[in-house]
Amino acid sequence: MKILLIEDEDDLRDVMKISLEKELFLIETASDFHTAAEKLETYDYDCILLDIMLPGGSGLTLLELLKEKGKHNSVIIISAKNSIDDKVRGLNLGADDYLTKPFHLAELTARVKSVIRRKQHDGQKIINIGNVKINLNERTVNVQSSALILNRKEFDILVYFASNKNRLINKTALAEHIWGDHADQSDDFEFIYSQIKNLRKKLKETDASIEIQAVYGIGYKLVVE
Amino acid sequence: MKLVNHTLSYLSIAFFIVLGVWATIFYANFLDEIYDSIDDGLENTKLLILERVATDTTLIHKTALLESNYAIREINATDALQYRDVYMDSTIYTINEQDYEPVRVLKSAFQVHGKYYELLIVSSMVEEDDLIEDLLYSIIWLYVILLISIMIINNILLRRIWRPFYAILDRLRNFRVESPELPAFSVTRVTEFNMLQESITTLLHRTVATFQSQKQFIENASHELQTPLAISINKLELLAEKQQHAEANLAEISSVIESLQRLTRLNKTLLLLSKIENRQFPEQTSVDFNQLLDHLAIALSDLADYKSVILSVHHRGRLTKRINEDLASIMLSNLIKNGILHNVEGGRIEIEVTDQGVTIENTSTLGTLDKSKIFERFYKGSNQKHSTGLGLAIVKSICDLYGYKLEYRYNGKHVFSITMAAS
Repeated sequence: MKILLIEDEDDLRDVMKISLEKELFLIETASDFHTAAEKLETYDYDCILLDIMLPGGSGLTLLELLKEKGKHNSVIIISAKNSIDDKVRGLNLGADDYLTKPFHLAELTARVKSVIRRKQHDGQKIINIGNVKINLNERTVNVQSSALILNRKEFDILVYFASNKNRLINKTALAEHIWGDHADQSDDFEFIYSQIKNLRKKLKETDASIEIQAVYGIGYKLVVE
Repeated sequence: MKLVNHTLSYLSIAFFIVLGVWATIFYANFLDEIYDSIDDGLENTKLLILERVATDTTLIHKTALLESNYAIREINATDALQYRDVYMDSTIYTINEQDYEPVRVLKSAFQVHGKYYELLIVSSMVEEDDLIEDLLYSIIWLYVILLISIMIINNILLRRIWRPFYAILDRLRNFRVESPELPAFSVTRVTEFNMLQESITTLLHRTVATFQSQKQFIENASHELQTPLAISINKLELLAEKQQHAEANLAEISSVIESLQRLTRLNKTLLLLSKIENRQFPEQTSVDFNQLLDHLAIALSDLADYKSVILSVHHRGRLTKRINEDLASIMLSNLIKNGILHNVEGGRIEIEVTDQGVTIENTSTLGTLDKSKIFERFYKGSNQKHSTGLGLAIVKSICDLYGYKLEYRYNGKHVFSITMAAS
């Protein structure tokens, strides 16, 4: 899987690159409009991470360029501006998702995997992890051959963890991903514990080979046994 | 006090003084002239009498005034020789008025056929008190009429002259610093008004420019903060992954990440507030509040369950308004979240929707809150360490934006109500 990371901020580009490389993606980077335009012209990517404000031009122009060339790459816009206008324009120009800075690395990974999955042509979107099979279209989970019944939030949490296998997940990142804007202001995100507790119990009961481990102070981590 | 009445009050004092002084001087001159003319008349009469006395001696025996205006009395020579003509004021009883009336008297002495006589001539005088009274009334009338006419003229004239001024006032009243349009003034015939307009226009230009740059600054500052925040948080997340075996380090990293996230939330919230206040949420849709509240109740149920708070929505009426959907959601969820976070274990939140608005009532450990402060930015009623102190300020600014009435009262429970005018 090849990803083009277009971001002018060196430090941010570096951490994003390191984090995505941990997921075994092949990362190429561009730090300005012209380099990005050249690379887009020459190569094909499975996913493009696109900053809107770039030296030399707007990321939205790059999107238009892609559209003109008839390239159907998955694009995630990464912007410091949480502007509805930009969002709407970006999505209209063919972007698949929109991520506002600052974001959590786990969120970035989940989004990248999600847009890549969406572009795959195998019809059934399935994540296999250990002996657990997650069917994203039908929203069902099977451990070996038996079904694991999860409520909506438990399912979302499991998918998020599966997208960030072996990665440390900050509890705020998880709360924001599952509960969205309603998570802010809530003290300590303690309320996510009960959901996680249930999910862990269910995984254990069905002898799943994956485990959600609590990492002291910071959050959780999904490990495959 | 209106300007028109203000000038009138000064004019009334000025007129009072001017007319008073004028009346006094006029009266003195007038009286002087009267005395002068009466005294002349008396003198003339004296000469006529003296002329006749020389030829007609019968006149000498006319010792009483009676119907005529003179009397003659014989006096001794010593008195007569010392005699000087005297004009004096006196009174005389008049039959018609049945009162003593003022008269002017000339006393003189003359010699005829070797005998000395005293001559007394009277002439009726103006009654001074009557004169003063008449004059006073005339002056009062003049004063009143002057004031009334000035008032009328002022009202008509000033109102007309000041019309451009009121137009300026009106434009200024409708001026909003966040609106990109500056009020347009039309050129008037009065130089001062044109100068005023020019000054105001310059001032407004400067104000709007300052406001815009401040706004831009807040927005840019917030945006510029996002990238370093992103870098810091993400680097720490990577660092945490490297350090996973050292628990103490992880806890440290985690607390730094949490602080950065608080900063992120604060930054986003400030940006949201400034956007609301700059009316940057132009899209409006018809929002069904009954439906919205049901959705929010579900979305916030995890938080409520965790806090062991029972959340219930009562639909007493249908409420649909044109509003930006995101803002409607933020407005209500902030109030509900507030109600959950400041609740007691096993407490309740009752949400009531009527045709008029929404009321959110919650039990709490806190007593009555300071009504004047709770909607202020960064006001924290309790020491909730994760609260930004901006939640209610946002609710307030959304309500202000749409002209909703936001009220708080305490009746053992905290009650927040949003009243929306009929759509």
